[in-house]
Amino acid sequence: MTLLKKATLACAAAVFAAGTTIASAQNQPVKIGFPVFLSGPAVGAFGEPSKNAVNLIVRAMNNGELPAPYNQKGLGGFPIEPKIVDEAGNTATVVTEFKNLVQRDKVDIVVGYVSSAGCLAVAPVAEELEVLTIFYACGASRLFDERDYKYIFRVSSSQTSDAVATARYILSKFPDTTSYSGINQNYSWGQDNWRDFKLAMAALAPKVKMDKELMPKLFAGEFGAEISVLLASGSPIVHSSFFGGDLETFILQASARGLPQKSRLLLTVGEQILARQGKNVPDGTIIGGRGRHGMLASDNPINKWFLDAYVKEFNSVPNFPAYHMLSSMLGLKAAWEKAQAANGGKRPTTDDVIKAFTGLAFETASGPVKMALGKGHQGIEEVAVGTYRYNKATNQPELYDLVTYPAECVNPPANMTSEEWLKKGMPGAKC
Amino acid sequence: MTTALAILVDGLVYAAWLFIVAIGLTLIFGVMKVLNVAHGGLYAFGAYSAATAIGLYFDRGWPVAGGFIAMIAAAIAVGFVIGLVLERLLLKNFYDKDEILTALVTYAAFLILEDLLLLIWGAQGLFVPQPYRAAGIVMIGTLPVSVYDLMLVALAALLAFGSWYCIRRTKFGRMLLAVLFDREAAAAFGVNVTKVYVTTFLVGSILGALGGAVTAPRISVSAGIGVEVIVIAFAVIAIGGMSSIGGALVGALIVGFARAFAVHFAPQLDLFVVYAVMTIVLVLRPHGLFGSAVARKI
Repeated sequence: MTLLKKATLACAAAVFAAGTTIASAQNQPVKIGFPVFLSGPAVGAFGEPSKNAVNLIVRAMNNGELPAPYNQKGLGGFPIEPKIVDEAGNTATVVTEFKNLVQRDKVDIVVGYVSSAGCLAVAPVAEELEVLTIFYACGASRLFDERDYKYIFRVSSSQTSDAVATARYILSKFPDTTSYSGINQNYSWGQDNWRDFKLAMAALAPKVKMDKELMPKLFAGEFGAEISVLLASGSPIVHSSFFGGDLETFILQASARGLPQKSRLLLTVGEQILARQGKNVPDGTIIGGRGRHGMLASDNPINKWFLDAYVKEFNSVPNFPAYHMLSSMLGLKAAWEKAQAANGGKRPTTDDVIKAFTGLAFETASGPVKMALGKGHQGIEEVAVGTYRYNKATNQPELYDLVTYPAECVNPPANMTSEEWLKKGMPGAKC
Repeated sequence: MTTALAILVDGLVYAAWLFIVAIGLTLIFGVMKVLNVAHGGLYAFGAYSAATAIGLYFDRGWPVAGGFIAMIAAAIAVGFVIGLVLERLLLKNFYDKDEILTALVTYAAFLILEDLLLLIWGAQGLFVPQPYRAAGIVMIGTLPVSVYDLMLVALAALLAFGSWYCIRRTKFGRMLLAVLFDREAAAAFGVNVTKVYVTTFLVGSILGALGGAVTAPRISVSAGIGVEVIVIAFAVIAIGGMSSIGGALVGALIVGFARAFAVHFAPQLDLFVVYAVMTIVLVLRPHGLFGSAVARKI
């Protein structure tokens, strides 16, 4: 065989192999890993609704059942192949499971994580492994305040927006407030929430003083002593970012001892228990929900579809973690399809999707999201806050005096960290 | 004055709860030298089964008092069944093995029980505050205190007296002490060691489940509650001395009052104070306040 013939055959083989690879890639599903809590104390409040949302959203996306503009099947026609894994465990376990998803299960994308500690631990590993990773529910503002990422995105706002929105709400609805206390879990979520709320109150109403700050252990399940302290403090407002079982237990123990009659409770993530605990949440409690989700959600076709489909399938109302999962998947779908369109309709690479996702603006069930912070990797969205009452006539929980704060009113500008912005008195806030 | 009263009440209530959840653990370790990590699972099963019983009972609109009986009965039933299964099918095969291995076996049992909980009751928590609310509140000075919490103090006192009486004043108690001090010598003197072991493990298991059952009406019963309890219960019995019920009582009181004091005066030390107390006690007395060094048989 002449050299020319050998070269021709080699080229033909190479072209065939390349063609096969491309054709194969073009037909392959997009494998997405979903780490959510499947065990442990966070499974009820976060894990179950998030897992339900994954199953519902992936199936609906693959069948092209979502409302426009998300009605194309899968991601740009590529079916999604989900793999749900447990997020529970310490950060070492969480990182190991992340590596397993990437290296053993060969997922293309990871969408998950509620725990702020988990997000902070996974982020550098995702960068090292060069895997597009979307954090769907963790709230730590530190994530993008402390460094920039290429492969990490977060659609939902950080906890700073909850703190600013609830502080603004209190001061507008109860301008005579003279002081406040707080009870928050003693770990990153509780500490960061409390820090941001105190800074927001100091910026907006410097004369309002802080009475007591209590930091019980996460999942302590016993708040007797803390309730005694709060009862003695006489604070008009008691702030708490408790969630799940701790939140339900606190409400039970506080209500039994008459705390809500002496102090108005402010629950920054209270939305998540309204459907389940409506009758037990004291009337007059101020409720937030990490954006505009659940009972705080906007009235748009995407929300109508999600609410109807979720209730029909699971016989329960989706709470904010389920909405966060939806927003994250919608962001991914919008970015993927934008990248695919720019790629002439061919399957986009990870870099293509990252480029399209950066700075993207898109619609969700919870209103518009703009990837405005963290160099285009961190979303900002509207935040709604309301006051709660249980309607005995209709036997339904209700929120009244609802106020929706624009994203630019409760989030820092792109050139400032959350803490700097709050300490400087929130310059540039557009309310 | 109000703060002092609040610390007294809060400390006493927390100590009572700690003693109730720790007494079964101490009993089993004291007699059988089994560090029963599965105690957390028994606590959780007790809480879930009591919550189910309370829910079913109150749904029918029956008198409140019966709800307390349903709660206790559920704990006894679930503690008895799980205790019997664990002891007869699992632990009896490991009594001659190293204590560390037995502890690992109970840890495995704990993980299995945690998964069983999810299989049986699912991920959503149970919320059954009816007994807690029905008990009402009482004003102690200016402090509103839950009557249910005061009932826990009474229950803890009853358990402390009951265990002292059974161990010191009954024939079974003397047999139990004999096994506790020297299993082989007790067997040589005709004590049925197997019977003592089975009975002790069953009583310890029922006490573990009872701890969960009486806690259920005052919390949201949710996955993972057993993990939290086992850690704090170990701290309590380590302070008191692993084998001593009196030690567990004193340990619970120390932890209860230390935590209440911290919450009122230095809340940022709430998490730290319990384990700081434990560390100080163990540095000064490595076998706990009421524990003693035991010569190892070779």
